Amino acid sequence: MYPSEFRYTKEHEWVKLDGDLATIGITDYAQHELGDVVYVELPSTGAKLEAGKALGAVESVKSVSEIFSPLSGEVTEVNSALGDHPEKVNEDPHGAAWLVRVRASNAAAELDGLMDAAAYEAYVAEQKEASA
Amino acid sequence: MRYLPKGDAERRAMLDAIGAKSVEELFGSIPAKFRLAEPLPVPGPLAESEIVDYFRRRAGENSLGYASFLGAGVYRHLRSVVTDALLQRGEFLTSYTPYQAEISQGTLQWIFEFQTLVGQLTGQEVANASMYDGSTALAEAALMAERLTRRRRVLAARSLHPEYRQVLETYAQHAGLEIESFGYEVSGRADLDALRAAVDERTAAVVIQSPNFFGVLEEIPAAAEIAHAAGALLVATVAEAASLGIARPPAEADIVAMEGQSYGLPPSYGGPFAGVLATREKFVRQMPGRLAGETRDTQGRRGFCLTLATREQHIRREKATSNICTNQALCALAMTIHLCLLGRQGVRELAEQNLAKARYAREKLEAVPGVERVFAAPVFNEFVIRLPRSVRMVNAALLKEKIIGPLALGPFYPELTKCALVCVTEVTGREEIERLADSLARILDAQGAAKPDAALRGAAERSR
Amino acid sequence: MSDDQIRKARRHVSQSEDLIFERSGVGKRGMELPALDVPAIDPRAELGAGMVRDGVKGFPEVSEIEVVRHFTRLSTWNYAIDLGMYPLGSCTMKYNPRVNEFVARLDGLANEHPYQPSELSQGCLAILRDLEKALLAITGMDAITLEPAAGAQGELTGLLIIHAYLKDTQGNPRKKVLIPDSAHGTNPASVSLTGYQMENIRSGPSGQIDFGELDRLVTGDVAALMLTNPNTLGVFEERMADAARLLHERGALLYMDGANMNALAGVARPGDLGVDLMHLNLHKTFSTPHGGGGPGAGPVAVKEALRPFLPVPVLVDDGPGRLKLDDQRPKSVGRVKAFGGNFGVLVRALAYILAYGPGIRQATEDAVLNANYIRKHLEEFYELPYSSASMHEVVFSDARQKKNGVTTIDIAKRLIDYGFHPYTTAFPLIVAGALMIEPTESESKQECDLFIDAMRAIAGEAAEDPNLVKTAPHSTRVGRLDEVAAARKPVLCWKPEA
Repeated sequence: MYPSEFRYTKEHEWVKLDGDLATIGITDYAQHELGDVVYVELPSTGAKLEAGKALGAVESVKSVSEIFSPLSGEVTEVNSALGDHPEKVNEDPHGAAWLVRVRASNAAAELDGLMDAAAYEAYVAEQKEASA
Repeated sequence: MRYLPKGDAERRAMLDAIGAKSVEELFGSIPAKFRLAEPLPVPGPLAESEIVDYFRRRAGENSLGYASFLGAGVYRHLRSVVTDALLQRGEFLTSYTPYQAEISQGTLQWIFEFQTLVGQLTGQEVANASMYDGSTALAEAALMAERLTRRRRVLAARSLHPEYRQVLETYAQHAGLEIESFGYEVSGRADLDALRAAVDERTAAVVIQSPNFFGVLEEIPAAAEIAHAAGALLVATVAEAASLGIARPPAEADIVAMEGQSYGLPPSYGGPFAGVLATREKFVRQMPGRLAGETRDTQGRRGFCLTLATREQHIRREKATSNICTNQALCALAMTIHLCLLGRQGVRELAEQNLAKARYAREKLEAVPGVERVFAAPVFNEFVIRLPRSVRMVNAALLKEKIIGPLALGPFYPELTKCALVCVTEVTGREEIERLADSLARILDAQGAAKPDAALRGAAERSR
Repeated sequence: MSDDQIRKARRHVSQSEDLIFERSGVGKRGMELPALDVPAIDPRAELGAGMVRDGVKGFPEVSEIEVVRHFTRLSTWNYAIDLGMYPLGSCTMKYNPRVNEFVARLDGLANEHPYQPSELSQGCLAILRDLEKALLAITGMDAITLEPAAGAQGELTGLLIIHAYLKDTQGNPRKKVLIPDSAHGTNPASVSLTGYQMENIRSGPSGQIDFGELDRLVTGDVAALMLTNPNTLGVFEERMADAARLLHERGALLYMDGANMNALAGVARPGDLGVDLMHLNLHKTFSTPHGGGGPGAGPVAVKEALRPFLPVPVLVDDGPGRLKLDDQRPKSVGRVKAFGGNFGVLVRALAYILAYGPGIRQATEDAVLNANYIRKHLEEFYELPYSSASMHEVVFSDARQKKNGVTTIDIAKRLIDYGFHPYTTAFPLIVAGALMIEPTESESKQECDLFIDAMRAIAGEAAEDPNLVKTAPHSTRVGRLDEVAAARKPVLCWKPEA
């Protein structure tokens, strides 16, 4: 379920690193908790991101969830397809609904603090139990 | 008490069901020392007829029987009795905000129609379901411009309504906005050269009112160009919405902050009125206020619901676009009904009548020795005159003839002492206008009107 | 219950109606103007051709009868207080007396201009003075402004006053405002507008604010605590006076959100509880009509020390038996709305107070009685998250019904089939799946009993036939609407066919 090449945050974002180019999105658990996504607020290309700070937000009809950047760096690309098709976040959160691409400035150090797929799956199981 | 549907027997039965000996027990969580032992010293109780008598007496202590030439942001216009008949239907008057769409389709549909009508009037793409009034709509527009541009400077024309400016400053105080002014020309229009010199990369918004406080129609496209060239937004304020029946709408503005009182709401000593915000579709997520949107139900039937609610306080809380919750719904409904009654032809005819009355009044007043028109640019239904004596003294004399004279501008604009803002609308009768002119002539003559000195006359001539 | 067993309501055919634009036809008029009694003009000659529009594109053209039918039909699709109970928590949906409508429309009140001379406005000013005095007696405060147009604007005004007062007396407005986690969304939104930072103070197990937390959080950085009393759980904040003392000792202020005054009017006065300033919602406690969302009024009452900071203009004496509006107030926070308050709303509130006089206490008692009666009868069917005494409203949760996948929203929608407007769903946020119920004093025992029967029946349906509840309502003109589509691709106005 959770791709092994991704790393994961406690706030349910995923990041995939290719050299120093990172792709960031939100996880399947996050989209499920949100319900139908109606709007995604994204930064512009060129924006500077800081690990742990909000880079945008995902909205459902009745709630807004901030998206926290797993890494620091500069935004190189934004997924503009989400403007007309926010439902992609529900349909394909790990693939077509990537949010931003970032040139990471401190990847090695910051990646260290994130969970791998197995750890994240365990974390999600914990969350589900807690809210049952 | 006639508003309480319980007799003592029911109260007793309910207390028994709860297991309480008296209703006092139900207030046990309030510490005894804070529970009042004496009845409140408030007047009443009054029977319905006594309430009516009280308010009739108050109504008799106001301005019944006087003619009035006041405008300045609050206008007397024709209203139809149909509006009140419909407004007072219980399903409109006593209904709640339409959060539960299935049983509020009546409200949601008229809001959708209101949003459409406002967009059509103002030449904008989207409009909200109302703000408190024009002045707070303007304040919210400035905050919206700050969010959209991430800049803090707001350049407001001096010809903006002084109370609108004050409200803007109140809201700006702690929001980090800097409100600055730019002046007006001898024509009465905002000084666009001064604007061009003042606008810069720190400017979030340029604010222009049209018709402005002097009644003068502004050149919105030119102002928009100047604002946009600097990356700022143009906020157009409309205090006299009736002007939009004939005047070119502020389509080039990025945000329109309008007061709708002229269409279906009485002056009511200052409120409740109907502010509204209208803007371009691309800015809608930064616009405060409720929005009704069209959609379908599970069976595919067309219906309406409140939408884009994540902008609002009940979801976004401290990050909301505004704190607004209660708006001016019933007033917006009055506007909607009135605009539907007037219709396309009626709004134009109404505006044309206002222009005709203003022209007639100007001619009559300018013919009075000592009275001069101050600004030459075209006006809608208000214009500024200069008197040879203090406006206060002239108005005191007019009052004795049961005429409420034009608004003295000196208190708002020190450079405009002895100037007054005359308003006439379609409800101002020809005889009233003639009576004003006659009275003015007699008063100025009796008060020994000095002829305006040569310098003043020259200045007046140059500005024509 | 099957449709036949539901006593309060039955299906009925209502008229359909399109958008007014879809009825439009060239040449139709709904209103004629009287003949022009001055020479007509040519707009292009008057204004210049470039300033004149061709006509408002898309504006409807319909006859008077079409307008009357249009809006009458729309109205029949709405629920209203005139039809039955709105058990909406913290909204106080009480009866809107019709005499209020009559007096607000009197010639001599409806047409007065705010700029007319003071000597011709003594009637309006006397109304404002009488309302001020009555509201001060009810709240136990010292001075008041009637200018804010709604509760949220009252909150904004209050925060501006706090800022100005602290700056003036301490040289420092401070940085933070404490807000309980049960607070209405306008509270934090208003705080943001005034440049303060909000800090959450959590509620304790009784549902009241945690006093230990308060003690810990009130530092020199805290300007004020904003407290609703009773709070949004309907529970009285018993330590409000202690909280006031603590705040005052540390140089901070106590602001009360007066939305729930319907539990206190005539029984207790916020001023006695140590409140420094508060707002009132005239469209809640004081019966002015909700009208589909407004207008309202949010007067702000303050203690003497805060009087200099009230918004302009302020109502003052102008000689014996005369009043005037004074805007020469050097310490005022400024003007919050043009032309003063919502005068028409203020008239209605005063009419309401005059009808009751000191008997307003009876309304408060009946409101609290109704809420407790409903609580007593629903306790065995719905989960009560807090056992504290309820005042004028009670909060349940959907915990039991959730086991079958039925949520507070589903129960609310099914309540519609029983002839009621839903209660407040999913608020306050501190209760998961909240059902917030406030009947007000306007409900008879019969209406309360019908409500109780409906809620009991729905609890039964949630257990036996959950799908019936989850797909409700079944009896309305439209079913649940697709709010997702409405938010993804907003259609916010009618457009003519291309």
